[in-house]
Amino acid sequence: MLPFTVYILIFLGLPLYEVVHGAFTTDAGQFTWHNFSTIFSESQYWNPLKNSLILSAWTASVGAFFGTWLAAAVVAGKPGGMLRRVVSSGSGVLAYFAGVPLAFAFIATLGRSSTAGGGVLTGLLKHIGVDLYAHGFNIASMFGVGLAYVYFQIPLMVILITPALEGLRPQWHEAAQSLGASRVRYLRHVAVPVMAPAFIGSLLILFGNAFSAYATALALVGAAIPLVPASINDAINGNVLVNQDRIALALGVEMILVVMIIMVGYWLVQRRARRWLQ
Amino acid sequence: MSAVGGGGLGGVGAGAFLAELEEQPAPQQTTRRRGRPRIWRVVILTAAVIFFLGPLVASAKYSLIQQNGKYGFSNYSQILSNGDLRRSLFTSLEIAGLTAFIVVSLMLPTVVLVRLRMPKLTLLLEGVTILPIVVPPIVIASGLAQLQGSAPSWMISLWFNHPLTALTPIYVVLAMPFSYRAIDTGVRAIDLRTLVDASRSLGASWFSTMIRVILPNVETAVLGAAFLTIALCLGEVVIATIMLYITLPVELIQVGASNPGVSVGLSLISILFVFLLLFLLSFLAGRRRGSTSVRVI
Repeated sequence: MLPFTVYILIFLGLPLYEVVHGAFTTDAGQFTWHNFSTIFSESQYWNPLKNSLILSAWTASVGAFFGTWLAAAVVAGKPGGMLRRVVSSGSGVLAYFAGVPLAFAFIATLGRSSTAGGGVLTGLLKHIGVDLYAHGFNIASMFGVGLAYVYFQIPLMVILITPALEGLRPQWHEAAQSLGASRVRYLRHVAVPVMAPAFIGSLLILFGNAFSAYATALALVGAAIPLVPASINDAINGNVLVNQDRIALALGVEMILVVMIIMVGYWLVQRRARRWLQ
Repeated sequence: MSAVGGGGLGGVGAGAFLAELEEQPAPQQTTRRRGRPRIWRVVILTAAVIFFLGPLVASAKYSLIQQNGKYGFSNYSQILSNGDLRRSLFTSLEIAGLTAFIVVSLMLPTVVLVRLRMPKLTLLLEGVTILPIVVPPIVIASGLAQLQGSAPSWMISLWFNHPLTALTPIYVVLAMPFSYRAIDTGVRAIDLRTLVDASRSLGASWFSTMIRVILPNVETAVLGAAFLTIALCLGEVVIATIMLYITLPVELIQVGASNPGVSVGLSLISILFVFLLLFLLSFLAGRRRGSTSVRVI
């Protein structure tokens, strides 16, 4: 236990202490609210927060919706079958690994077409007369990044919701049927209420996941994208203004607070989810 | 009267027994009706195949177009001939291997000890291991950058001078949320106390109990934790970028700016590699029990 505690204190506690301590002090080491009043008063720091929240909200919703359907389609198949294995491994790759490689796969698919190649799908669509970029699509835009995020949000939803779907007992369906319920009534009165807490919980995790993600956006757009992680990156490197270290740390505290609120929500929902689904 | 009481007790007993049965990792219900594939499944799975395989197919095509516009393997041969790229690949693989090793040798004894001796700490451990999810990587990176700026020189030379010593300990922390859960699930599934008592009473030291008794019994869980850790290390880019270390994904981005074909090709290879790793894991896990997915939360 001791090695673990020491390890955590050094390699998690120390950076965390630097963030929180630095955010609340001046360069001379005195306590201050100044860094926070800056990030909450200037639109330069407000806008990224707004963008991050919007991006997280819509990619989480889309990911949760389609992820649930995909998981349901997979769970209905044979347990331990090949389909399960492929989907489970594929989801793992996309959800936990794919940040930068995913961005490049995306560039290869939907990148701006150029003489040296360009996105394959972009080229294909142009060939049949649909010019995506002429219609305002851009892979380096907020929407383009969101679309790439969906590629890891759906798999993460599959991973999170599959155990809950497996927990739906066939007996419940049979019981409802034998009491004369139609399929729709079964869904409406049994499946959906039982699944709701697990679904909302997973939705929250997806939101937090998108909110703290940065790798894909970094590889697709670079530091120029107005999201909170990018403005932290800017502030650390002094890209826009010099001597913004403490602003970066204050933004870091802001991110931690947002994710903490989400995790508390998750914890509350999860307690309800455990009532029916183990 | 006594009959009712007995019935009541019997009922409770049976109920508890049932509950216990249901607690088990579960023989999957085989009663699920199967028959012709239903139309909605086919539609969803087809859409998913197109949606998820599309970019991979596009990547394959894209990476085979050389800079002169013709088809060929020059992008792939450049992966081998580009020294910077190769070096970054080795750096990342070194970090991944070392991190996986540290993760297992730190988490397994901790989990075993807590399960065996201090079950009251379980909740605390769960809370602590979830922290790296609450603190986004970019925030950890900004804290580290701050530390890098103010640290005494012995710390710099000991910790920050080489990507291996700088990033490995941090990646161990990032891997905790799922490595803890994977290993804890594995340890919970075995009869830990009996195994340890038997081993200790036969005179084995703690070390050899850990290596020769516990480890083989939680092999799958440990491999799961290790593979996911490797995947994480090969993919992590935010902290490495901020701290200015050249790991594989960092170099991928740099190469991609001038020569996207090479980056796309190597991205494709790395995605397939990690997929194979996890696919292999699913067979190892399937050998023991039904569940193959390792959940972060």
